[in-house]
Amino acid sequence: MARLLALALIAVLAFSPVAFAVQPDEIMSDPAQEARARALSREYRCMVCQNQSIDDSDAPLARDLRLLVRERIAAGDSDSQVTDFLVTRYGEFVLLNPRVSRETFLLWLIPPMALAGGVLALWMHMRRRRSTSQSEIANTLALTPEEKAKLEKLIAAE
Amino acid sequence: MIAEAGHYALVLALGLAIIQSIVPMLGARWRDAGLMNVARSSALAQFLFVALSFGALTMLHVTSDFSVVNVFENSHSLKPLIYKFTGVWGNHEGSMLLWVLILALFGAMVAAFGNNLPLSLRANVLAVQAWIAAAFYLFILATSNPFLRIASPPIEGRDLNPILQDIGLAIHPPMLYLGYVGFSISFSFAVAALIEGRIDAAWARWVRPWTLMAWIFLTLGIAMGSYWAYYELGWGGWWFWDPVENASLMPWLSGTALLHSAVVMEKRNALKVWTILLAIITFSLSLLGTFLVRSGVLTSVHTFASDPSRGVFILLILCFFIGGSLALYAWRAPALRQGGLFAPISREGALVLNNLFLTTACVTVLVGTLYPLGLEVLTGDKISVGAPFFNLTFGPLFVPLLIAVPFGPLLAWKRGDLLGAAQRLFAAGVAALIVVALVWAWAKGGAALAPLAIGLAVFVIVGAAVELIERIGLLRVPFRTAMHRAIGLPRSNWGTAFAHAGLGVALIGIVCETTWNSERIASLKQNDIVTVADYSVKLESLIQRQGPNYREQIAQFVVSRDGQQVGAMSPSKRNFATRGMSTTEAALLTRGASQLYISLGEAGADGAIAVRIYYKPLVLLIWLGPMLMAFGGLLSLSDRRLRVGAPKPAKASRDLQPAE
Repeated sequence: MARLLALALIAVLAFSPVAFAVQPDEIMSDPAQEARARALSREYRCMVCQNQSIDDSDAPLARDLRLLVRERIAAGDSDSQVTDFLVTRYGEFVLLNPRVSRETFLLWLIPPMALAGGVLALWMHMRRRRSTSQSEIANTLALTPEEKAKLEKLIAAE
Repeated sequence: MIAEAGHYALVLALGLAIIQSIVPMLGARWRDAGLMNVARSSALAQFLFVALSFGALTMLHVTSDFSVVNVFENSHSLKPLIYKFTGVWGNHEGSMLLWVLILALFGAMVAAFGNNLPLSLRANVLAVQAWIAAAFYLFILATSNPFLRIASPPIEGRDLNPILQDIGLAIHPPMLYLGYVGFSISFSFAVAALIEGRIDAAWARWVRPWTLMAWIFLTLGIAMGSYWAYYELGWGGWWFWDPVENASLMPWLSGTALLHSAVVMEKRNALKVWTILLAIITFSLSLLGTFLVRSGVLTSVHTFASDPSRGVFILLILCFFIGGSLALYAWRAPALRQGGLFAPISREGALVLNNLFLTTACVTVLVGTLYPLGLEVLTGDKISVGAPFFNLTFGPLFVPLLIAVPFGPLLAWKRGDLLGAAQRLFAAGVAALIVVALVWAWAKGGAALAPLAIGLAVFVIVGAAVELIERIGLLRVPFRTAMHRAIGLPRSNWGTAFAHAGLGVALIGIVCETTWNSERIASLKQNDIVTVADYSVKLESLIQRQGPNYREQIAQFVVSRDGQQVGAMSPSKRNFATRGMSTTEAALLTRGASQLYISLGEAGADGAIAVRIYYKPLVLLIWLGPMLMAFGGLLSLSDRRLRVGAPKPAKASRDLQPAE
């Protein structure tokens, strides 16, 4: 446990000991396909690492996955086909950008809801403050019965 | 002996903290000045004992006393001296000790400089501070004692993780902790205000400088950590949306919101209740960060469950302080009087908008960080939430915020004139559009988002300048008068302008680095040349060298541009025998604000070495921005209005001078 915590600490201070990701021998000959592979690699998680994409990690598993992605691209798969292939093999865990599903809809919904909720709360607060302050002003402006009587007296005296 | 003394000092600090958490509070209740004053001396003594304890651990590390488990596991006799010092907090137990040392330091500072605080407020603040301290002393003593001995001491230690053997470790954690823990002061003030049931402008005047100080350290700490990761990890990334980074970003976001709402509270006596809540939330997020990082829950939910002693302890601390303070808030806050009114279009309104977006951004980061943990605990399903998610959700929140930034300082308090502000920002808008057009032309189309984002950054920077120009009346009044006014302008105005401009500067760096970063990955032999951007890089030689506690392979490169040599770079790979680990030491060549970056990979059998070379345009602006923000914070902190312990205005002393 002590060592695990030490590892966690390393993660805190320096994230994780990674040196080198894509190796020269992995690069595809077609630059367009390679660019696609790089872009896709950034979306997949290296499952044995802590929060790293396979593009960033130099773990052996990440290398295998990078080669797999390139293999699929070379075989003519589209981006979504590659993603589906990886998800069927490794589960949703492999995606750094989770897809909207029954498990994740809240994840996607909470940020916009927080903003909307904040706006709504502000608007209601402002309205309440304004109405209370207006009634306060109205209260101070309105004459008390004594004042009214006094005023009527003055007017009658005219 | 030293270890036992250090242990004992920590126990004494715990005793003092317990006294300090009860006696002053009773004193405040019974209006007994003697009891209330206990807080002051015990806070100072507590700091002394924690410092002794920390000093003891440092001494054990420096003298390589391997009979202590902590030293054995994290040090080595051959380790360079500086890392023997920094290694003290390069491990769990030591870093917790640093945490409480800084907590005690802040408590002692309130005790030492808080003479002009109302006595009961000071007593309550220090008592709350002592609750936090007592909880963490107990945590250290019960679960993470750094002074444990080994029965049969080994001759040699296991060495510090090589990645931590870097100057970054000397600066990053202390800075970050000064920020994290610094927010405990705003928290203690907030809780004390709730206990007393009373807050006034003096309260805000006190809280603001402390918040500002914590914020400055946190800003620098995060920026420093980011730069450290950038050069140490060897693939040129500077922000990874790692839960650990998010843990420090969340208090920064809510702390920034707190800083702004405290301004409203101080100047206009409004947003009191909200400011109190933000102060509580900000420190709660610091505690949450400590929990996430220290409990091991991030590495795996299962590790956490299999040995929960530490994690559960911090979780209990977390629940007690967050739950307790929020309950207190729910109970007492409605009794606090609401302050001044303002129209939606006003300086206050702009600051509320700032708070809205910053807290939403904070919620986004919080959800993204905790959701996978929660889902796994509840359903056992594992998902990942990484950089693509945060870029998609967090980024858009900053766009309206950045557009609003230049407007805020130009609006008047209570009721502002949006059209007038827009007219005054006309120049900034024109500058932004020109820059968008220029960048667009230079990039020959390409990504449409990048020129727009740079335009937004320019708008923010020029907008900050416009604010200053408006205030000193440059172009409207004679130049000399304007300069005179510039000198007389409160430093907090300069601070605002610098901090806002820093935001724009950082944005330019981020956009340029992510959009126009060039990369070459190649396998190179001696005398091979590759070109990256406009630079040609030649591998001159490969050499081996023995360091103090490692062996390294160094590749020497010569960099030239247009046939002219511009510099030499020598990245290396180090092998640390004790831990059997290796690190890459990337080489950086700075050209203006841009950098050339080389890191080494594996060496092949044929004498070739894998090399990754990047050209990162304007990358240094990413860290220059936060430094400008921190500088702005410092300027604002030095404003005499805010200076702690400077209650008298400057004019008073002049008036007292005898007439001639």
